[in-house]
Amino acid sequence: MTTTTHRAWVYGDNVNTDVIFPGKYTYTVREPEQIARHALEDLDADFASNVQSGDVIVAGRNWGCGSSREQAVTALKYCGVRVIIAQAFSGLYFRNCINQGIHPILCPPDFNKSIKTGDTVLIDYAKGVISANGETFNIPPLSPTVRHILSAGGLVAMLKARSG
Amino acid sequence: MTGYTFAEKALGRAAGGLTVRAGEVVDVTPDLVFSHDNTAAIRRIFQDEIGATTIKHPERVAFTLDHAVPAPTTRHAQNHAEIREWVRQQNVAHFFEVGRGICHQVISEEGLILPGELIFGSDSHTTHFGWLGAFGMAVGRTEMAALWLTGQIWLQVPRALRIWLDGRPQPYTTAKDVALHILGRYGADGGQYRSVEFAGNAITHLSLSERAVLTNMMAEFGAMNAYMPPDDAVFDYLQPHQERDYTPLYPDADAVYDETHHIDISALTPQIARPHRPDNVVALDEVAGTPVQQAFIGTCTNGRYEDLCAAAEILRGQRARIRLIVIPASSHVLEQAARSGVLADLISAGATISTPGCGPCMGNHMGVPAPDEATISTGNRNFRGRMGTREADIYLSNPYVVAASAITGRITDPQEVL
Repeated sequence: MTTTTHRAWVYGDNVNTDVIFPGKYTYTVREPEQIARHALEDLDADFASNVQSGDVIVAGRNWGCGSSREQAVTALKYCGVRVIIAQAFSGLYFRNCINQGIHPILCPPDFNKSIKTGDTVLIDYAKGVISANGETFNIPPLSPTVRHILSAGGLVAMLKARSG
Repeated sequence: MTGYTFAEKALGRAAGGLTVRAGEVVDVTPDLVFSHDNTAAIRRIFQDEIGATTIKHPERVAFTLDHAVPAPTTRHAQNHAEIREWVRQQNVAHFFEVGRGICHQVISEEGLILPGELIFGSDSHTTHFGWLGAFGMAVGRTEMAALWLTGQIWLQVPRALRIWLDGRPQPYTTAKDVALHILGRYGADGGQYRSVEFAGNAITHLSLSERAVLTNMMAEFGAMNAYMPPDDAVFDYLQPHQERDYTPLYPDADAVYDETHHIDISALTPQIARPHRPDNVVALDEVAGTPVQQAFIGTCTNGRYEDLCAAAEILRGQRARIRLIVIPASSHVLEQAARSGVLADLISAGATISTPGCGPCMGNHMGVPAPDEATISTGNRNFRGRMGTREADIYLSNPYVVAASAITGRITDPQEVL
C-alpha cells in the first residue's frame, strides 16, 4: 500500500502570509509550537484548534503571497501539515516550503473547487498521483536541486550534513 | 540567437561570468545580503539549528533595525540586543542602529549596492533595488542563514515580463498610482515570480524616488525582482557614496519577454487599493467620501523626502481632522525635511512624527487601529490584520490623497482641498 489518506483544509486564491501568520507576532512569538497556535488565525479561526497531523492544505492561485516571513510555513509545518497543494504558489513561499522540507504540489485549476474542507485526499507517491472526489492529477516533477533539498528534509538538514 | 534580459545578464554575472538563460538553475554569489529585526531569528537558525559558527563574508553583510523601533517591549529590546551582540561577534561591516531608517532606503542612501549587482534581503520588498538597476530578490530566514554560511545560493533564472511606460503623470497622480494600476489591471499574481523589467520614455521623467516606488511595489505583483534601466540621475546619486566600480546592465533590444504591458501614465488618475488586497484597485472617485479615522504617510514605498513634500503641499496652512502619522523612511529624509521646513509644515497641520522605520505598516508596535476603524496609508499592503487589528480596514494610496483625506476625515481628491 503506497497510498496515504489525508484530510483537506480548502481555501481560495491569493491567501497571503499576513493571514497565515500575522505580522504582529513576528518578533515576540519565537518557538515553532507557539507559532503553530496562530496558524491561519486571520483567515480560518477553526484551523489551529482542529488541524491534525497529516492534514493537507488545498488552495487556489498565489498561495502565500505577500511578506517573505518563513513562519507562514513554520506555522503549518508544526501543525503537522507536510503537503500543501495549490494551483500556484507565490515564488517566495514556494522556496520557503522547500527549505523547510514541506512539499509544495501544483494542482490543476479548480482542484480546490472540486473538494471541500474535511474531504479526503489520497496521495500515491510511488505512482505520483493525487486524487480526491474522483478528480485525479499527476504530481509535477521538481528540479534535481529542489528534490535534493526536500529529500534531505530541508535546507538546514542539508547544510548540517554538508558541514558535519 | 536572441538577446538577453536584464535578469539573464545580472545572474550570469553573479554566477561567475556565465552565459545563462531563463529556466537554468545556477549558484550565484551576491554582492550584499541584508536582514533587519529578523536577524536574531536568522542567527538562531545559523548557530542553533545548522551548528555554524562564522559568517563567511561579513564584509558583504548589512543589518538594519527598522521593523519595531525604538523597542516597544522587553522582548523586542532583547531581540535588538542579540543583533548588536552578533554584529560584534561576527564583525559585520554594515550595521544601522534604531532611527537610521528602513533597510531598503538606508542601503540605497549608503550606496552599498550598485547597478548591475546582486542583493538578497530577508524582506519581501527587496525588489526595491531595481530602482538603481540592481537585481534585488527576497529570501526567507533559512536561506539567509545559508547565505551567511556559504556566501552563495541556488536559484532558477526567471523568465521576464516587460512593462513599458509612456507619458507624464497628471497633477496629484504619482508612481504609486502607476503601481496600483498595474496591480489592479494584472492581479497580485501577474508577476508570476518573473523579472519585471520596466522600459519606455517615461522613466527618464520619473524621479529616483518614484522609480523606487514602482520597483518596491512589484513585491505585491509577485515578481522575483524588478528593474529600471539606470541613467545619469542614478549614477550621479551614487557617485558620492560608491566604494567600488560597477558596470550597469541593460537588456538587449531583442531580449525575450513573455509579454509586454503598455501603460500610458498620462491617462491615469489617483488610484486606491481597497481592503483587503493591494490589487483590489479602483479610481479614487469610486471610493471618495469613505470615512477614515487614521492617515499614515511613510514606509519603504512612500516615506521619502518627495513624499513628505507632497503631503506638505496639501497640508500647508490646513489642519488634519483625524490622526495623522508621518514616519520618514530614514534619518536622512527626516533631516532634510527638518532643514527645509517641510517637517514644521506637517507638524503645524497636526501631524505626529515618529522614529524613521517601518512604523505601523505591519502591526508590530505603533499606530494600531481600533476594530472597525479605517486607515488610509501610503504603504504597500492592506491585508486583513496587517496593521495589527483583524477587524480594521486599510486603504492604500499616494501621499497627496492621504494628506487630503487627513484634512477631511474621508477619502478625498487632493484638488478638493486646495
